[in-house]
Amino acid sequence: MVTNLLIFLLLFMIIAAVAALQTKNLLSAVISVGAVGFGVSVAFLLLRAPDVAITQIAVEVLTLLLLIRATIWRGVRTVSGQREVFGSAVAVVLVLLILLLVLPVFSGLSFGVGPQMELASSHYLQQGLSETGSANIVTAVLLDYRAYDTLGEATVLFTAIIGALVLMRQQARKPLEE
Amino acid sequence: MTGMTVIVKTVTRWTAALIFLYGAYVVAYGHLGPGGGFAGGVILACAYILITLAYGGEHALRVLPRAVASRLDSFGALAFLALALVGMVGGGLFFTNWLQQKWAGKAFHVFNGGIIPLANVAIAIKVCMSLFLVFFILSSVRMFGKDEQIDFRSKEVD
Repeated sequence: MVTNLLIFLLLFMIIAAVAALQTKNLLSAVISVGAVGFGVSVAFLLLRAPDVAITQIAVEVLTLLLLIRATIWRGVRTVSGQREVFGSAVAVVLVLLILLLVLPVFSGLSFGVGPQMELASSHYLQQGLSETGSANIVTAVLLDYRAYDTLGEATVLFTAIIGALVLMRQQARKPLEE
Repeated sequence: MTGMTVIVKTVTRWTAALIFLYGAYVVAYGHLGPGGGFAGGVILACAYILITLAYGGEHALRVLPRAVASRLDSFGALAFLALALVGMVGGGLFFTNWLQQKWAGKAFHVFNGGIIPLANVAIAIKVCMSLFLVFFILSSVRMFGKDEQIDFRSKEVD
């Protein structure tokens, strides 16, 4: 049941992604990207990961708003210019190559049943509440066992906002001479 | 950046506080239910962005001035780092959950988890303010000064 729903969602997301690429109207493209994000969020819900689903849907709404506000409200409405055939072909070939190289690695990992995966996950599930006091094991992993990763993520966000501030400030302080 | 119609403004007046409340709930109960600092922070930022879109940039900057947002952004990041460093003093290692080791609360209660709820709040402040700032910077450049307005409706694009 869940597998069928997931396959349906995947097909929906692929169609929406292709539509986002193919359409000339920017608003349609942005809405198609939003449909892909919505599909990802529902897929996370079906896979019983509500934490990721909440984050995904919130970030998706925000990104959609940003895209609409930063492009369409400024009068940029349609995509112009020719599609690069050579670049697209090179990208597709590279992605297929990487997929072929990565497949043996992933099939050798044996998710969920392998000893190396079992050890960490069973420890988190059994000892997480008593060790960290956090009933939500995802939060326990994010902010206690793997807090370094969260610190790195916060640093990335901080750096991004500094970069945006600096870039936009230069543009605003020194208007282009025409 | 001007506001929208009266209908949008009225609906925003009713819903913005509820969205903010939901974001605060997701942050505060992040260690008990689904959610957490990042998701809650994004929802809080969405509430601010709703106000910005409905009422316009000037009103949004009156609610939350840009300098305050910048400082709260830095404060959130520094608070998270400070929690990690205090763990070094209290427990010996970076990011040690010393609070939980000393005063463990009841399981499944809000006041539990040591530094985890505090870290959630710090991350929420940080994420909310950075996303609000990103939105504001990308959507309007008027905040850099009243006389320096740049029209991004540029001539080359069309």
